[in-house]
Amino acid sequence: MYKYIVNVDNVDSWRCGNNMKISKAFHILISSSEPVKHWWAQRLSAAILVPLNLWFIYSITFMSKANYETVIVWLSSKTNSILMLIFILIIYYHAVLGLQVIIEDYVATEWRKKILLFFVKATATIAALSALISTIVIFMEY
Amino acid sequence: MVNRPISPHLQIYKPQLTSVLSITHRGTGIFLCLGILLLTTWLVCLALGEESYNIFYKHTTSWYGKLFLISFIFSLFYHLTNGIRHLFWDFGLGLDLSTTYKSGYVMLCISILLTLTTLILGDVVTI
Repeated sequence: MYKYIVNVDNVDSWRCGNNMKISKAFHILISSSEPVKHWWAQRLSAAILVPLNLWFIYSITFMSKANYETVIVWLSSKTNSILMLIFILIIYYHAVLGLQVIIEDYVATEWRKKILLFFVKATATIAALSALISTIVIFMEY
Repeated sequence: MVNRPISPHLQIYKPQLTSVLSITHRGTGIFLCLGILLLTTWLVCLALGEESYNIFYKHTTSWYGKLFLISFIFSLFYHLTNGIRHLFWDFGLGLDLSTTYKSGYVMLCISILLTLTTLILGDVVTI
C-alpha cells in the first residue's frame, strides 16, 4: 500500500480533495499514470451513469412487457435513441473497468489475467457495437 | 501489470456488514454485466424485426424472465446507491466506522424501497 502511494506520480491525485475542481480532475485523467487514470475513469463514468440509470430503469420497467410496435415507437424517438447510445457506450466502458479490477484482484497468474482481460474486452467491444448498430438501425428505419 | 493496492482475498474477511456490502457490490456488478448482454440481445432482436422480437418477448414475460428482471432491477438499484456511497468516500466523506455502518444500512433500505416502488408502479410481476 505505502509502496504504491510513493510510486504514484502525484499523491494528491490518489484521493480527490474536497475542493478539487472538475478541470483538475480531467487534467489528472489525461496526465497521470495508468492506475490513476483507471480510478478516475471509473468514478467519472459512474457519476454520469447515475442520472442515465434513472431513465434506464424507468424505460426497461415499462418496455420489458411492451409489444413490438410500442418499443419501436419508443426507441425511434430522438431523445430515447440518443440516450440509449450514450448509455450503451458508458455502461460497457464502466463494466470493462469494473471487471478489470475484479480480475486483477482475484486472478493470481499473470497469463490467466491477460487472457481473461482480453476475453472481457473483446466481448464488451463486440456486444457494445452490436447494441449501437441495432439502435441506429431502428432509429434510421422508423 | 497492476501498480495499485489490490483487494485481499475473500477468505481474509470475517463476514460483517461492511465486507458483505462491499462484496455484494462486486457481485451485483458482475450480474449487471449479464444484464447488459441481455439488453444488447433485446436491441439486436428488435432491430432484426417483429418475429425475432416475439421470440425474445416470450422469454422476458416467462417466470424466469420476470425473476431475472426483478433481480436485475434490484442489483441496479443496489449498485447505484452503493456507488453513490462510494463516490462520497472518494471525496473523503463519511469514512469513519460508525458513519460507514449507518450509511450501509441507509443504502440497503433505500435500494430495497426503490426496487419495491419500481416493481409496484411498473407492475412488473403481473404479466
